[in-house]
Amino acid sequence: MFYREAGQFKTSYAADMAIFPILQDRIGLAVILAIAFIAIPLFGSNFLIQTVMIPFLVFALAAIGLNILTGYTGLISLGSGAFMGVGAYACYKLTTIFPGVNIIVWILASGFFAAAIGVVFGLPSLRIKGFYLTVATLAAQFFLQWSFVRIPWLYNYNASGAIEVPQRLLAGIPVTGANATPVTRYLVLLSIVILLTWIASNLVHGRIGRSWMAVRDMDIAAELMGIRLLPAKLLSFAVSSFYCGVAGACMMFLWYGGGEANDAFNINQSFTILFMVIIGGLGSIIGSYFGAAFISILPTALKFGLPAMGIALSGPVAEHLNYIILGVLILFFLIVEPHGLARLWQVGKQKLRVWPFPY
Amino acid sequence: MDILYSIFVDPFMQMGSAPDLLVQTLWEGFVGGILYALIALGFVLIFKASGVFNFAQGIMVVFAALTLVGLYEKGVPAFLALAITIGVMFVLAYAIERVVLRPLVNQPDIILFMATFGLTYLLIGLGEAIFGGNPKVMIAEQLYLPKGAIDLKILGGVVTLQKIDIAAAIIALVMIGALSLFFQYTRIGRALRAVADSHKAALSVGISLNQIWVIVWFIAGVVALITGIMWGARSDVSFALQVVALKALPVLILGGFTSVPGAIVGGLIIGIGEKIGEFYWGPLVGGATESWLAYCIALVFLMFRPQGLFGERIIERI
Repeated sequence: MFYREAGQFKTSYAADMAIFPILQDRIGLAVILAIAFIAIPLFGSNFLIQTVMIPFLVFALAAIGLNILTGYTGLISLGSGAFMGVGAYACYKLTTIFPGVNIIVWILASGFFAAAIGVVFGLPSLRIKGFYLTVATLAAQFFLQWSFVRIPWLYNYNASGAIEVPQRLLAGIPVTGANATPVTRYLVLLSIVILLTWIASNLVHGRIGRSWMAVRDMDIAAELMGIRLLPAKLLSFAVSSFYCGVAGACMMFLWYGGGEANDAFNINQSFTILFMVIIGGLGSIIGSYFGAAFISILPTALKFGLPAMGIALSGPVAEHLNYIILGVLILFFLIVEPHGLARLWQVGKQKLRVWPFPY
Repeated sequence: MDILYSIFVDPFMQMGSAPDLLVQTLWEGFVGGILYALIALGFVLIFKASGVFNFAQGIMVVFAALTLVGLYEKGVPAFLALAITIGVMFVLAYAIERVVLRPLVNQPDIILFMATFGLTYLLIGLGEAIFGGNPKVMIAEQLYLPKGAIDLKILGGVVTLQKIDIAAAIIALVMIGALSLFFQYTRIGRALRAVADSHKAALSVGISLNQIWVIVWFIAGVVALITGIMWGARSDVSFALQVVALKALPVLILGGFTSVPGAIVGGLIIGIGEKIGEFYWGPLVGGATESWLAYCIALVFLMFRPQGLFGERIIERI
C-alpha cells in the first residue's frame, strides 16, 4: 500500500547503492530520530528515560561493537564486558587527571584505550580460530576483571574500590554526577550513539567492512584475494573494542553514575551482549538495536509489566520466571529465525512491499 | 634482579625446602583437575556426536545435583532419588533433542551454541524455581561416599588426603574406562563413533541420528550427575558451580574438542598448573590468580598447537 518504491527512479549509481534507497525508509528514519530527540525528552517520564532508554542505548552501542567483531569478521568474543570496563576505567582516570577537559571528549577518548587493549588480546586471533578463540577472549575477560580489583591505581585508591563519577559540566549544565538530569544524560548518550552508529555503518559498507566480511566467510580465501589477515582482524578487534569501551564509559558515567565495576563488567555482561548480537542478527547494525531492545527491555518489562497486568509476583519468583522466559524466548527465536530479528524485519519489509501478493 | 630472583629462584627453593607442601599442592591440583576433566568429558561427548558446543553442560551438573538433593529432601530414599534423577536426565536429553536440536539441524555452529545458552537460562530458572536458590548439602553419606581424611607422613611432613577426593579420582577413572570400553565394543558405541566421524556417512549406513543424539545427551547427563555428586560432596551444591564449569573451557581447548583422553590430560594440566601457579607465584601479583590463570595456560598452549594437544589436525581447503 503505502510502502511502495514505484515511481522512485534512481538516476545515479550513488542513489542506487544508498543504504536507504526507498523514500519511505528515509521518512521512517527521520520520524524515529525526531521521536528520539524531541518527543522522548519532552514527554517521556524520568522512569522511561532512566530505566528503558538509557540502558537500551548503552547496550545498543556495545552490541554494535561486538557485531563488528562477531557478525562482520566472524571472531567470537566473550570479552566485551571487560573491554567495556577498560573504557569506564580509562574515562575515570582521564577525567580525574585532567578535570578541565570536556567529559564527552574523554568518553570518546576512552574508547582508544579499550581499542589498544583489544588489539593486544586480538593478537592470537591469527593463529586461533572459532571456539578456540573464545578462550583467548575469556582470558582477557578474567584477567582484566582481576586487574580492575587488584590495581588500586585504576580507581584512585578509593576505600570502596568503586568508580565515583564526578560532576562535569557541558555549557554550564551538569552532564555527569549526581545533579545531572536523566534528560541531559539521555540526550548526550543519544548523540554519541547516533554519531558512532553512522561511523559504523560507513565502515561496514566500505572497503574495510568488505574485507572483514571476506575474512568472516573464509579467511584463507580472503588472504588469497590480497586481504592482509592480521591488519584486518586486528582492526576489527580495535574498532569493536573502541565501541565497547565507549559503551562502558557511557554506562558508568551516563547511566549508573558510579559503582562497583567488577559487578558491572563481569562475564555475564559479555554473555548478555553476545545474546543481543545473536538474537538481533549477526552482521547487521539494525539487528544490534533490535537485540539490545529485546534483551535490555525484556527484564524491565517483565518486572513492571506483569504486576501491571494483575499478575503479582514476589521478588525471587519473578527472578526465576525472568530466567525461564528469557531462555524460552532465546530458544524460540533461534528456532523460528536463526538469523535473528534483523532477518524478520527484512522479511516483513519485503512482505509489505509486495502486499497483497505473496511475492 | 630482585624480581627475577623471586620469579625464577624463590618458588623452586620453596618447593625444595618443603616437599610435603609441594605434594599437597600437586594432589589438590590433581583432584581439581579430575573434576574439571569430568565436566570437559561431558562437553567432548556431545561435541563429538552432534557438533554442538554445549554450553549448558555446567548447568546440567548443577541441575542434576540439585534434583538429587532436592528429591532426597522431599523424603525420597537416597538411591531411589539417584534412579529418579537419572530418569530426569533422560527426559531432559529427549526433550532437548526433540525441541531444540531437531529444528536446528544444519544451522551454523554459533546458532547451536547460542541455543545451549538459552537452555542454560531455562535450566537456571527452572532449577531455582523448583529447588530454591540456596546452597544445599550433598547427600554424600547416604550414598556411602567416604568421609574424613588420611594423613600421610612422607618427606618429613604431613600430606592430608581427603577420602572423598580419593573416591572421586577412582570413580572418574572407572567411568572413563567404562566409557572407552562402551565406545569400543558395543553396538551403540560404534554407532556413536560413526556419527562423530561423519553425520552423512552414518546416516547413509542406517544409523538414526536422532536416537544417537538422545543417547549422547543422556550419557552427558549421567556424567554431569556424577560430576555434580563429586563436586557437591567437596563443597555445597549451588549455582556458583556454574562459574567453575567455565573452567572446563580451557581444559577442553587444551585437550582438543574431540578427544576424550585430551579432556583428561587437559584437566590435569589445568588443575595442577593453576594450583602450583597460585601457590608459588600467585603472591607476587597479589593472589587470586585462579580466576584467569587457567585461560592463560590454555592460551600459551594454543599458540603452539592451535587444535589443542590431542585434537584432530585442522585442515582447511578452499
